[in-house]
Amino acid sequence: MIKNILNLGDAALYCDFGKEVNKETNTQVIRYFKSIQKENISSINNLSPSYNKLIISFDLKKTNFKDLKKIIENLNITNEDNLKNKTIEVPVCCDENFALDIVRLEKKLNLKREKIYENFFSKEFFCYMTGFIAGMPFLGDLSENMRAKRLETPRVKVPKGSVALTEQFANIYTFESPGGWNVIGNSPLTIFDSSKETNPNLINPGDIVLFKEISKKQYENYNE
Amino acid sequence: MSKNYFQVIRAGINTTFQDEGRKNLYHVGIPFSGAMDKRNYFLSNKLVGNKINSPALEFAYQGPLLKYFGNKINIAITGEVNFKIKKKDIIIDGNCYQSLNLENGDEIDILSTNKSVYGYLAIGGQIDLEYQWSSCSTNTKAIIGANDGKKLENEQVINISQLNNQSMERKLNYINTKIENIRIIKGTNFDYFSDKGKKIFLEKEFVVSKLTDRMGMRLEGPKIENVIDTNIKSEGLIKGVIQVPADGNPIVMLSDHGTIGGYPKIGVVISADYDKLVQLSPGSKIKFKQVDLSSAENLFKLYDLETQNLISQIE
Repeated sequence: MIKNILNLGDAALYCDFGKEVNKETNTQVIRYFKSIQKENISSINNLSPSYNKLIISFDLKKTNFKDLKKIIENLNITNEDNLKNKTIEVPVCCDENFALDIVRLEKKLNLKREKIYENFFSKEFFCYMTGFIAGMPFLGDLSENMRAKRLETPRVKVPKGSVALTEQFANIYTFESPGGWNVIGNSPLTIFDSSKETNPNLINPGDIVLFKEISKKQYENYNE
Repeated sequence: MSKNYFQVIRAGINTTFQDEGRKNLYHVGIPFSGAMDKRNYFLSNKLVGNKINSPALEFAYQGPLLKYFGNKINIAITGEVNFKIKKKDIIIDGNCYQSLNLENGDEIDILSTNKSVYGYLAIGGQIDLEYQWSSCSTNTKAIIGANDGKKLENEQVINISQLNNQSMERKLNYINTKIENIRIIKGTNFDYFSDKGKKIFLEKEFVVSKLTDRMGMRLEGPKIENVIDTNIKSEGLIKGVIQVPADGNPIVMLSDHGTIGGYPKIGVVISADYDKLVQLSPGSKIKFKQVDLSSAENLFKLYDLETQNLISQIE
């Protein structure tokens, strides 16, 4: 449930679902997000679900904070059976040329790379949110012994397809972009496809992601 | 039937096609985009007889040099822009906020925006552009929108698929006023900052840095001290949000901003002041003034009414 609705500036509602970042809180956020989306409220410009917040930005010509807040508070929020989530398998090649930060991670986590990959590939991930850059999924949760901080100095360019870790999360760089996450491999899978008008993101909030290791050869042949 | 088009001789620094932007895509990771200074964008279209939300060319600092081939066409430029029209025998100093006629072989040379950042060139007719998610707005970072998601390039062509029928004689008396202060509403993390930090934010002057583009505006000045945490759990952003990272220098989110951010939000620029904010060029001084929500709503109503009045004055 929403604990509190504040205004963010004069044209957005800031809905707080509580302090904790966990699957239960995030599932509530996603439930609200999907229910509001279904209502097609014409004054709403955008919905931004994240770990434990939902930001609803609106057209100030059509409504205002007070009126929209009332509408959101009185909405019927659909229950679980309306959440249809997919399970997506993401191939990852961990060739040394792709695993830019594996040496750093071995030191920081005090784990051998075999163990790091074993932990990573045996994990089932949950997509909390997508964004920052188009289509980038924020996936959790890594176990306690797999949590490392960001790079001290972020990279100016992280290659497209990079699979990277930081704190309790994994993500996939859908574009070449600046970034400070620890890169452990690269996926040949297209995660964001701008030619798709209806659903450009392969992975959406609430989806389950499984990573599967592939060889350099499989990687090279993947898109043929 | 002859083809009507502009040849791009010089593309300019950051010239893109923009319209009102695209909505309902933040959750995918795609920002709103669209014309930075909406009022000037709407006015440019009205001056050439287009629907006010038609695609127009937005340029920053130095604009493009274009040569026109085809039947008579109307154009208009808005903002504070120095430009020249080169006809067969003469060069005319261009005036903003009036429709101009171009003939086959004429050139339009947009030299600079004067003490501002963005200007708009509207073309009377329909530009041949691709739309993505019902908007042509080019977002060069995500490589989406018109022109294959890229800014205008030298030697490319801008095709006009349809010209507006009548030639226009439209003009507006308008001066872009400067404002002393940018008004803000307190952000959701206002209390992350020390009393001294809050005071600095609301009372001191900041300078717009060179690291400013369509994504964000970085400010320099006295450091704003954080006493709680320099990171928050990543969450959504909207344009106008002022984030303060660990270095204490505020960053204002602009139309092409990243959709998720993890720095504390000290304030949000009110909607009424956004068009003026984006026109502040690097080196400009900026001071924030706090207002409450109901004042911000009223100020927006006034601003919107003023824009509507200006649009309706153009006939």
